[in-house]
Amino acid sequence: MQNILKKLIVLVVILFLWQLLSSSIHTIIPSPIEVFTALYNLSVQGDIFIHIFASLKRVVVGFLIATFLGVGLALITGYYKKIDVFLKPLVEFLRPIPPIAWIPIAILIFGLGDMSAYFIVFIGAFFPIFTNSFFGVSSLPVIYENIAHSFEIKNFIFVKDILFKFSLPYIFTGLKIGIGMAWMSVIAAELIGAQSGLGYFIQLNRLLLRTDNVIAGMILIGFIGYMLSLLLLTVEKIIIPWSIKK
Amino acid sequence: MLELKNISHYYRNQSRNTEISVFENFNLLIGEGEIVSLVGKSGCGKTTLVNIIAGYTEPTSGSVFMNGEKVVAPGKDRIVINQIHDLFDWMTVYQNMRLVSNDDNDINKYLSMTRLSEFADAYPYELSGGMKKRLSLARALVVDPKFIIMDEPFNSLDYQLREKFQEELLDIVRKSKKTILFVTHDIEEAVFLSDKVIILSGRPTQIKKEIVISFSKNKVDSIRDTEDFIFLKKKIKEEM
Repeated sequence: MQNILKKLIVLVVILFLWQLLSSSIHTIIPSPIEVFTALYNLSVQGDIFIHIFASLKRVVVGFLIATFLGVGLALITGYYKKIDVFLKPLVEFLRPIPPIAWIPIAILIFGLGDMSAYFIVFIGAFFPIFTNSFFGVSSLPVIYENIAHSFEIKNFIFVKDILFKFSLPYIFTGLKIGIGMAWMSVIAAELIGAQSGLGYFIQLNRLLLRTDNVIAGMILIGFIGYMLSLLLLTVEKIIIPWSIKK
Repeated sequence: MLELKNISHYYRNQSRNTEISVFENFNLLIGEGEIVSLVGKSGCGKTTLVNIIAGYTEPTSGSVFMNGEKVVAPGKDRIVINQIHDLFDWMTVYQNMRLVSNDDNDINKYLSMTRLSEFADAYPYELSGGMKKRLSLARALVVDPKFIIMDEPFNSLDYQLREKFQEELLDIVRKSKKTILFVTHDIEEAVFLSDKVIILSGRPTQIKKEIVISFSKNKVDSIRDTEDFIFLKKKIKEEM
């Protein structure tokens, strides 16, 4: 109850400051009421849902590919430790390049549209997922390897039931960072090279000088990003209860 | 029967560029069904010996034989129960057992023997220290090893739990009729649990003395207070 009250107070303060700011520079910043009216109108018209769906589809596709490749590659690298020597420097070289820097290359290779966005989302999500998963895989205590050898556990079972499951808490850390990066990357990609999505919606309304719609779009981006994080946190609690409760 | 023949083992000290000899032509023979304790001061190479017998570490020279066959890798015939937590935290009690055995009858038999049947669906973090050790033991027994190596398994338990588990262990071991190598630095534990106590010297490690424990196989907690028991403890302490 006290927590809800605290959150409400923060919300009221933000709305008050926003209103204050809007009153002083109204030509640039619309008032909270104007923005919430815009949000209501957008949802009644329904067009915004097309943009939300387009962004979500790109995030889901790019994020799933990044998860599959990031976790898979981490498991292979952790199991066949010799690959690490070749792969790690390449990953460390590519990792600091921000997803937005890949946009021109993505447009050149894939053109404007979904493929470019999938690629940018993949780039944004892949590195946190891979590096955290790899850290998990390489943290496997020697004692578990010894037990697997003593009990003559087959390689496939070792990877599936020991290496992978031990790494799950680390993998989820990567996924939670990765989903945030994926969501930010898709908006960046849509701002430049797409004909739909929330990024495109914001860009279009900026050109139309509809700042109420721009801020409404920003609120939606924040809200959906938060929901995606909550969704992953719930999945984590279901899949790895031993890690949460331990 | 387990036999260690002319085991020598060296560690390379990189910073000083020297070789440290842990074992020099070390020999050991443990007969079938025996419970043998290895005692020695910290750092005398007990854990290295466990790793060599288990097949985790290859000795610099010499060989380990299990019923006449040379040991070349870890295997189900020699299972180690470790001093540190060695259960899979993400698996329930039953799943920990199922990972190493496909036979549900055997799994149920050993869970029942170690009084864990009621906790089959619990995760290791939901078990007490003693229960975790019993699960490690059940997991070892379910694959029917010829030889169980227990590397200071009671280290993480408090004194009362330790005594209780020692009695439980003796009871389970009697039922399973396994050959056990028990590594410890606790003299009382060694005398209570073993048929034979082997005292190890400092580096390079050699057998300093073998002491046969002639108490009845059906040991009870009260023997700890007998004169013979106290005398043996004192004798081993002096030898160490």
